[in-house]
Amino acid sequence: MPYHPPAVDDVVAAVRDRFAGTETSVFRGQTRLVVPEPQSFDLLAFLKERGFDLLVDVSCVDYLDYPDAKHRYGLVYLVANTATNQRLTIRVFVDDPAPTVKSVVPLWEGANWLEREVWDLFGIQFEGHPDLRRLVMPEEFTAHPLRKDYPLQGRGERHNFPVITRDHS
Amino acid sequence: MAVASSNLELPENVVVSKLDELASWCRKNSLWPMPFATACCGIELMATGASKHDLSRFGAEVFRFSPRQCDLMIVAGRVVMKMLPVLQRIWQQMHEPKWCISMGACASTGGVFDTYAVVQGIDRFIPVDMYVPGCPPRPEQLIQAIIDLQDKIQREGTITGREFDTRQRQERKRALVEITSPHTIDASRNPIMQRELAAAALPRS
Repeated sequence: MPYHPPAVDDVVAAVRDRFAGTETSVFRGQTRLVVPEPQSFDLLAFLKERGFDLLVDVSCVDYLDYPDAKHRYGLVYLVANTATNQRLTIRVFVDDPAPTVKSVVPLWEGANWLEREVWDLFGIQFEGHPDLRRLVMPEEFTAHPLRKDYPLQGRGERHNFPVITRDHS
Repeated sequence: MAVASSNLELPENVVVSKLDELASWCRKNSLWPMPFATACCGIELMATGASKHDLSRFGAEVFRFSPRQCDLMIVAGRVVMKMLPVLQRIWQQMHEPKWCISMGACASTGGVFDTYAVVQGIDRFIPVDMYVPGCPPRPEQLIQAIIDLQDKIQREGTITGREFDTRQRQERKRALVEITSPHTIDASRNPIMQRELAAAALPRS
């Protein structure tokens, strides 16, 4: 018997009431809201006010060459209400050439490193982020390697270091 | 040890040898390893030092975590390009004479990790004396590599370190892949690359 988190119908109704462009879908008991990019911050702030106090994860999917995809990047926000154990998935779609969303660090401090990781690997700009530096790749890296158009073996970065011979030491 | 020529009368308990061979004999029997363990090879490296396999039987049990006190670097595990400047700096901080063992498939060739982030063999960027195959190698294999290295030190070693003049031999081993674009990494953020560029800009006197 799979575990289904508590229903979120009341929250979804309130969100749809307030944000007109929101689409809703349910998959295996998990509710997903797709929100247009300009409204994403307001919607997340609204959810936080309604008791969704925990930001579980911020992630991203690159839909390059994906069948029937309308947008290039799909951001994923997972939020939870720690009092009622309600859970929600929020999707925000952005596109090239400058994929940008508003940072949610003002809402959840924990979003800081999550957004840095998404910036590092996908190159999504987070507007208003206090310290948008690379998180996992080295500082001298210039690409965003989890984009689908980045080659698996890289563009020569891993070879682009000085060679230390016996003479150096 | 060389045998004294027959016309020289030696007192008891005196052996005549070459200074080079004496220095190499001392060096090979007191290798102090610097464990650069980044992955599962590091576990085998620890097993090699532990009681069952007991690396101290070969005079190489004194693992030191400071490069200043070591003369044998054992690179055990994959090295990612973020770690490579660290590896190079630690290698530069070790005192001469020093040797390097590349332990396992990943350190030697990148192994199965043929991706943008993993260095495809540390020998492209620092000198390596011994390669240990295996994924991960068993402690016996590492011990064999250390015995072979001791043999190499005894055969080639000189007190002045002439055997380390290998610049030309090493340069032919430069990265196998041509660098397509010089702008794929930002050299201004890498201290070792900065030093290289500054040295290259200076006129040779």
